Amino acid sequence: MNSHRMQHVVPASIIFGLALLVAYLSFTQEPASAFLFPRIVAVVFVLLAVWNFIRAATGLAKVGRGLAKQDSVNLLPGLVVMLVLVFWAAKALGFYFSSTIAFFLVYSFYDPAPYSSSQDWAKRAGVTLAFMAVIYGLFALVLQVQTPRGMFI
Amino acid sequence: MEFLLYFGGVFEPLALALLIGGTIGGLILGATPGLSPTMAVALLIPFTFHLTPTQGLILLGAAYTSTVAGGAVSAILLKIPGAPANIATALDGNAMAKKGEGARALHLSFMASGVGGIIGVLLLIFLTPVLAQWALKFGPSHLFWIAILGVTVIGSLDSKSFVKGLLSGCIGLWLSQIGYDDIQGAERFVFFDALSGGITIIPALIGLFAIPQVLDMFAKGRMSAAIESIEVPKYKILDSLKEVVSSVRALSIGTVIGSIIGLIPGVGGQIAGLVAYDQARNFSPHREKFGTGHPEGVIAAESANNAMVGPSLVPLLTLSIPGSPTAAVLLGGLLIHGIFPGSDIFDKHPEVVWTFINSMLLGQILMVIIGIYTAAWAARIAKAPIPILAAAVLVLALFGSYSVSQSMGDVQIMLVLGVGMYILEKFGFSAAPLVLGLILGPIASDYFTNGSMIATAQDGPWVYFFTGPLNIILVALVIASIGYSFWTNMLRSNFVDDKEVAQ
Repeated sequence: MNSHRMQHVVPASIIFGLALLVAYLSFTQEPASAFLFPRIVAVVFVLLAVWNFIRAATGLAKVGRGLAKQDSVNLLPGLVVMLVLVFWAAKALGFYFSSTIAFFLVYSFYDPAPYSSSQDWAKRAGVTLAFMAVIYGLFALVLQVQTPRGMFI
Repeated sequence: MEFLLYFGGVFEPLALALLIGGTIGGLILGATPGLSPTMAVALLIPFTFHLTPTQGLILLGAAYTSTVAGGAVSAILLKIPGAPANIATALDGNAMAKKGEGARALHLSFMASGVGGIIGVLLLIFLTPVLAQWALKFGPSHLFWIAILGVTVIGSLDSKSFVKGLLSGCIGLWLSQIGYDDIQGAERFVFFDALSGGITIIPALIGLFAIPQVLDMFAKGRMSAAIESIEVPKYKILDSLKEVVSSVRALSIGTVIGSIIGLIPGVGGQIAGLVAYDQARNFSPHREKFGTGHPEGVIAAESANNAMVGPSLVPLLTLSIPGSPTAAVLLGGLLIHGIFPGSDIFDKHPEVVWTFINSMLLGQILMVIIGIYTAAWAARIAKAPIPILAAAVLVLALFGSYSVSQSMGDVQIMLVLGVGMYILEKFGFSAAPLVLGLILGPIASDYFTNGSMIATAQDGPWVYFFTGPLNIILVALVIASIGYSFWTNMLRSNFVDDKEVAQ
């Protein structure tokens, strides 16, 4: 089995597993009348997942180029920032503070400008603060959205 | 001519300000490569909570119209289509810009967009009430099949693989069933506390459309965005106007094809632009000039992709079936304001719907005027650095999804769905059918439950859901949409060679 086919088999297996789980829950949970529509969806879901799996396993699945290794490496720092921000920092440190840090980190990670130039660091900090000032004005002052405060704001 | 009664609402100060602001913002977002119209509208929805439904829809409608037109700016000046709908525009538009005719190409593109857009909105005005009257005859079984048709049509037509398109629709339908059942109060598929309230549509839309684009930007790494800059010498607007008026053939082809394609659910602006471009070339006596910077190429493509906008809302407003992925997001915007599209929408909310449609008519004119005068400026924004765009969209997605119901659970669901969608997209799945499933799932489920109750009291579910002329037509359409897609997929798979697989 070549690597391209393997790339398609793994997600097809996961989707097949998900379809089986949905079908199992739909047909075993009570009251049955609350699961009538989910049961119809689950049956179609399983049939399509089987078809998709067979196409992946036999190498017929040609649409989608899968996850390139270099792309995955590139997006990792940004993804980690996103996950930490959403699952911990936003609540623990405060929405605005953690978003400012996240914006600055993402901008700095992916900015092609050299890290050695103090001018570029000043630009990154300036853009971050300017953007977050607009966000604060919009959400806190205009829309008056109450965000989690955490340790800071 | 009922729509004329509601024109006043568009000229109320706040409504007009939103229309102008939405048009300018949409042009800028549309001109920015990497920010799709669908994502722009999804990110704007949270801002409409503090507005009346009419004002909110005016903002979203203006953004929808102008992001499609704004995408032409980067297509022409940078050869990077701002949206898939502008792919055909780049073919001749960029060649014109390289010849020093950038301003002329931009003028032609905005004027053609305006003409196509106005005719598209007029179709929306005159077709929607007719279709709504016809839809009054629909009962729960028909409405159930229409909701299913919405998912199968977009699932089969909007995806490169029809199995994966339909699977995306199924995943969306399943996601829509998470949470407590409205009638019995039963808990369904609640694996975590955050899911107990079900999946809120707006954070889900933001996650499904915005987060994959952010991750796509991350995946490019620390690449220097060396975009070739093109000078835009001035060009007389009056000369452009004369040229558009004299290009009746390209304009008519674009407008007619765009309008027809807009009416077909799920097909979208990308197809409209490309088909119109191809047909304009076939019917042109100067076929050989297409692709070398021929103005008719720009006019046909741009009139088509904006003519598609109005008609794409016809099935949305009358049958709850969006004509394009952005229309699907607009459906989410309607639902959160308590407006349920359907046959009675013109009876229940005439002022909201007509003011919204009228605003789109005025929006087309504003889009032409503002577009022509700000195009060169928008082009500078189109070259905004990718890291700033990625960080800005991430922060907007975070705040936008939190502000819906001030719940961190919504934000977490938004991120999980977004990351999941990014991975699925890499394997050929598509967001549009998933979103349709998510939005139409509760509608289909409610009509199925209502229909089942009626069926139990009458002749049983088989007779109720599968007999009668309208049921048979709708079931046939569901099967036909799947069958057609299966057939074209089989044809296409014969032409997919190993090189394409390895890409």
